[in-house]
Amino acid sequence: MVTRPILPLRLSGAVARRKGKTIVGPVDLDLGPTGCTIVMGPNGAGKTTLLRLMHGLERLADGTIDWQIPDVEAREAQAYVFQTPVMMRRSVLDNVAFPLTLHGVHRKEARDRAADWLVRVGLEAAADRQATVLSGGERQKLALARALIREPQILFLDEPCASLDGRATRDIEAILQAARADGTRLVMATHDMGQARRLADEVLFIHHGRLHDSGPAPSFFGSAPTPEARAFLRGDILE
Amino acid sequence: MKKQAIFAIAALTMGTVLQAEEMKMAVTTSFQNSGLSDVLLPEIKADLDLDVQLLVVGTGQAIRLGEAGDVDAILVHSRKAEEAFIAGGNGTHRTEIMYNDFVLIGPGDDPAGVASAGSAAEALTLIAEARVPFASRGDDSGTHKKELSLWEAAGVGESARDVSWYKEAGSGMGATLNTASGMNAYIMSDRASWLKFGNKGDLKLLFAGDPVLFNQYAYLPVNPEAHPHVKADLAAKLEDWLISDRAGALIDGYTLNGETLFTFNAKQE
Amino acid sequence: MNEILQGMIEAGRLIVTLDSDLIEISLRSLQVTVTAVLISSAIGLPLGAFLAVKRFRHRRAAIATLNALMGLPPVVVGLVVYLLLSRSGPFGVLGLLFTPSAMIIAQVIILTPLIASISHQTMRDMWAEYHDLLISLNTTRHQRIRALLWDGRRALLTASLAGFGRGIGEVGAIMIVGGNIDHATRVLTTAIALETGKGEFAVALALGFVLIALALAVNWVIHTLSRTEVGERW
Repeated sequence: MVTRPILPLRLSGAVARRKGKTIVGPVDLDLGPTGCTIVMGPNGAGKTTLLRLMHGLERLADGTIDWQIPDVEAREAQAYVFQTPVMMRRSVLDNVAFPLTLHGVHRKEARDRAADWLVRVGLEAAADRQATVLSGGERQKLALARALIREPQILFLDEPCASLDGRATRDIEAILQAARADGTRLVMATHDMGQARRLADEVLFIHHGRLHDSGPAPSFFGSAPTPEARAFLRGDILE
Repeated sequence: MKKQAIFAIAALTMGTVLQAEEMKMAVTTSFQNSGLSDVLLPEIKADLDLDVQLLVVGTGQAIRLGEAGDVDAILVHSRKAEEAFIAGGNGTHRTEIMYNDFVLIGPGDDPAGVASAGSAAEALTLIAEARVPFASRGDDSGTHKKELSLWEAAGVGESARDVSWYKEAGSGMGATLNTASGMNAYIMSDRASWLKFGNKGDLKLLFAGDPVLFNQYAYLPVNPEAHPHVKADLAAKLEDWLISDRAGALIDGYTLNGETLFTFNAKQE
Repeated sequence: MNEILQGMIEAGRLIVTLDSDLIEISLRSLQVTVTAVLISSAIGLPLGAFLAVKRFRHRRAAIATLNALMGLPPVVVGLVVYLLLSRSGPFGVLGLLFTPSAMIIAQVIILTPLIASISHQTMRDMWAEYHDLLISLNTTRHQRIRALLWDGRRALLTASLAGFGRGIGEVGAIMIVGGNIDHATRVLTTAIALETGKGEFAVALALGFVLIALALAVNWVIHTLSRTEVGERW
């Protein structure tokens, strides 16, 4: 477990390219040690790529991404919940215990701690079921438990509620609020304006891979400074 | 019945621990196919406490196995090849054990008329003139070499035996008999393989008895000077048994369908 | 038709009377092929996973080679192993020719590419699925391969069973390196070849039926034990 703080995170001129084409960047950005940052923007703006870039899943083509400690160690203090979470072909309990076993935690202890987490996310009844048969909402809860069991300092989430009904969405948001209260830094991409308003301390608005606006949530939702952001907030489709 | 199965499993897993001494001997198909090995091997095991593992191959391969030192002795029937084997330093000596005979088999209606031939050479000449199908081993075995020498003696050279009627199977005795049965062809076989053969179809024994068809078996221990790992002592023990009166009685007494197959002719020193 | 019927009757007789020779050669068939499959799986399954996970310069060539090796002619493998193990060959001192060990060696060479190749296809698909998660969790390559092998174990069982199917019915290689010695290296397939050579088609066919029954039984038992097709498992 990494105990030294890895935040704040600083991106300077960070660029992601695919087949020679710039998808994201250059981005300059500072992420402080606490709170919840919501990444907003139209489809294809580069939200997912930006999150993956910060987490190190996307190759950095240019610029720098600096944690407070070396990348290799910093990775240990991060977690990521994918839009479509990977359900490992094992039981729900073993899925959640998996990250602990990677660090040599004894199987029995890992399963005990995983069982605690299943209670916290409301999946205790499904502990012995195979993960692949879970519903969409249950899958996201499993992914959250599997991410949070690592006690990350920062948690990236890529539209975790994209295809969920209202009830499942509220369950997920409750789990996220609790995690934030425990001091986990949240960075989440979402389409859902209501969700953004409920969770955001800070908003990043990206369009065509560029960071257009960033700032505290109240001022962003009150009076967004750029015309693109205002158009987006009005619900106009941006190309 | 359950006990039998358990015993079989136990025998298989513990096999090598409990077994008697073992040696490997390469033999020709005719020796095995005749069924004589099934009579002799248990007696050898009882008398000498020796498990003789048989590699059933053609004479050509048997000799190669001996040359490579992969077996401890060979029992074959091709005098020229045997003498070359000794001359090459691969075997210590050659001991004649017994002989059997070859027979000519063919379709029941005998289109070439070999049944009334006066000699083996005449029979083969009749086949060649009639150009009726003839199946040959074609595998460089002792039987194949014998067959080739008979063709030469009959004046039917290699060029005269064209593929329109002369078929080389390139297989063992049994497989070639299957081929002959399928094509209704003539074939030369050792008597034992023929008697034991289960798929005769229309084939019948048409000609036998010419002394040139006799087939001498000899036992050749592999030379321990060339191959230090061979079990020369076991090979010598087996040789003493093979030339004994006891082996002679078993060999002469072995019959199939009422016919004697082998004649014991080993000379004891 | 008559001969097939006779073969079935003969097969029934051999099985009902628990013919001791039949039991012996059936067990030896199992012993040789099961051992070969275990060794081939121990090599081939992780190799398949490794090729799915690891990116290196000649990876494509390695995979293409592996797939090509699936088509190795058993007779050629048998001949090469024979020459290697012969007393006059490089490994002659081991004295392995014409023993069950030689048969196992030949089968391992035949089965490993097959098992590795099927394993690779399975692992490649699973790796595509697991890739982001395992990278995100900062796993080592060793941990990735272990997770893929463990979670893919039921699919990998199919790879091993395919190997078993090929091994149990194989005759070309084991005939050459085993020598078909009675009570030493005779197995079902070489016995079938021998009986066919004797023209004893009924017995040969009976052994063939036993061989098929054995192959089916092993597949059935393994699938039952692993509960492949049961409930919400995969």
